[in-house]
Amino acid sequence: MNESYFIDIRHLKKYFPIKTGLFNRVVGHVKAVDDITLGIYEGETFGLVGESGCGKSTLGRVVLHLQRATSGEVFFDGKNVQAMNSQQLRRLRQDMQIIFQDPFGSLNPRFQVRDIIGEPLRVHQRASANDIDKKVVELMELVGLDASRRNRYPHEFSGGQRQRIGIARAIALNPRFIVADEAVSALDVSVQSQVLNLLMKLQKELGLTFLFIAHGLNVVRHISDRVGVMYLGKLVEVARTEELFANPLHPYTAALLSAIPRPTPHRKKERIVLQGDVPSPANPPSGCRFHPRCSFAQEQCRKVAPELQIVSSDRQVACHFPLEYSEMKVLIH
Amino acid sequence: MAEKLLEIRNLTSGFVTEQGIAKATDRITLSVEKGKTLCIVGESGSGKSVASLSIMRLVDYAGGAIFEGSIGFSGEELASMSQKEMIRIRGNRIAMIFQDPMSALNPVFSVGDQIAESLRLHRGVSRKEAWRQAVDMLRMVGIPDPELRAKQYPHELSGGMRQRVVIAMALICKPELLIADEPTTALDVTVQAQILDLLQRLQQELGMAIVLITHDMGVAAEMADRIAVMYAGKIVEEGTVGEIFDHPSHPYTIGLLKSIPGLEGARGEELYTIPGTIPGINQLPSGCRFHPRCAKAEEKCRQAEPLLREFRPDHQAACWLYDSGGGLGGDDKESEVKRA
Repeated sequence: MNESYFIDIRHLKKYFPIKTGLFNRVVGHVKAVDDITLGIYEGETFGLVGESGCGKSTLGRVVLHLQRATSGEVFFDGKNVQAMNSQQLRRLRQDMQIIFQDPFGSLNPRFQVRDIIGEPLRVHQRASANDIDKKVVELMELVGLDASRRNRYPHEFSGGQRQRIGIARAIALNPRFIVADEAVSALDVSVQSQVLNLLMKLQKELGLTFLFIAHGLNVVRHISDRVGVMYLGKLVEVARTEELFANPLHPYTAALLSAIPRPTPHRKKERIVLQGDVPSPANPPSGCRFHPRCSFAQEQCRKVAPELQIVSSDRQVACHFPLEYSEMKVLIH
Repeated sequence: MAEKLLEIRNLTSGFVTEQGIAKATDRITLSVEKGKTLCIVGESGSGKSVASLSIMRLVDYAGGAIFEGSIGFSGEELASMSQKEMIRIRGNRIAMIFQDPMSALNPVFSVGDQIAESLRLHRGVSRKEAWRQAVDMLRMVGIPDPELRAKQYPHELSGGMRQRVVIAMALICKPELLIADEPTTALDVTVQAQILDLLQRLQQELGMAIVLITHDMGVAAEMADRIAVMYAGKIVEEGTVGEIFDHPSHPYTIGLLKSIPGLEGARGEELYTIPGTIPGINQLPSGCRFHPRCAKAEEKCRQAEPLLREFRPDHQAACWLYDSGGGLGGDDKESEVKRA
């Protein structure tokens, strides 16, 4: 494995048992994250895209050890997160934080904003009330909030402002790694661009590493250095952002990209419309998980699951018959 | 010019609150031609959903009311119609689909029964015939194995399938007008593409008009014949899809289009932003409602509210920049005239 990865995920699996009946017999597993190997460099933004149910949020949580992995390892700056004891983990928590999607559900309505943002400081640094207050003011100004409103409650803020509160809380301890789980998806366009600018500014100023999970592909394209595409618990393609959007190699990536409605009315192009729905992760198809919806599927795809293979530098794809560049051009344009 | 199916004039609707009347839509004027698609675009709080509920006269049930204006629908006046008469039209000649398919469906009835219900109500057909048509409709909206699916309950279907069922329910009586309030917002992009394709195909087959409410400029670009941009209860710009995207003119529309990260071009640069947030309907600013966030605002914008005016063919805007009667700075106006 590459030594220079800051976050190094190896063969990570997260299975949720399906229990049924009186004795909670385990009848199967939902393979939310199924054998994912992935590396994130320090200071980069890694975008993770996929449809709902593909396991991208679970991956984010398992990487932060908010949920225990079924198997596999996560190395944070060379240290194995899974093998840590609770004391070590607690120290590590200061270095990794998460920003949630829902700016309504992720803030305690009974806490004043100063307490929401100050809580990590109180827990981890045992700072005095005075110091916490000073830091809260500093943080609120950094994320563009009016610090004189720190004695207010979350319901007195708009959606965009609440998301800024969530961001201020996440950066309170000067973390090095942040998982942004659909951090801008619930926001209106004009507010979304404000929050995206804030995230990019903070990354530059604080040298943060982001795992940016989202389903809005244009947003991911804008903010990410590299992008990984997930389908049914598997990583199907990893590439630098420009290359992925210009020449997707996996048929699923191509379909995903062509499905985005574009704000250009005159370009009535042919879309690749995938038939059917995403199958259940409890009972994934044999072989390549995408084969029932793939127009290029052949016999081999039904039998053998393709491995994620390196095709060029910084470029991996899990497909037996990756698209040729020329083929792709025909499909998209 | 084609025949107008829906003509809304000076519609003001909203809610009576303790602080007085909150106008969610304020004297909006809109029209839809037969068989065409109008997209109402705006952010949350712009009043686009209340506008659609008013056309359906459902705003009465949401605790609101229509205060002023008229809603003409192929010769009939909906704004003053009694709810009893409205039942004849709602679900029959005008149908609606909502954002969240799960809460639009009744969990204790099979989807076939729910689709057949409006046929039995509006057309008085037999139970058997209604069921047969419901199954046909499910086939038409692209649900595989419709005979089996009709007997299933909403929880047995995926999100995309549920939205297809809701569409089948809305279209079973072959309405002349379909109102779709954010029909694809809760869906994934690949499913969204399926549903948008389906709506376009059904529109051609049934010849119905669509009012599509969305916050997504991309969806509007793909679906619309005309677009109306709403901001804080007002229509700020209206025109054909080509006009709106090629010559966006209201500063709000321009800002909205510029703040969307693109799929081509530069990445990672600072995005254009409109400062501030949309005001609540009980704390509207004076004059033009957009002026506190507008870079081009002048004294006049703070004092008087601009009206929606046609300043190019097929293109109207409510902005002093384009109001020939108004006196905003010469430079801007001249350049606009030149461009026009």
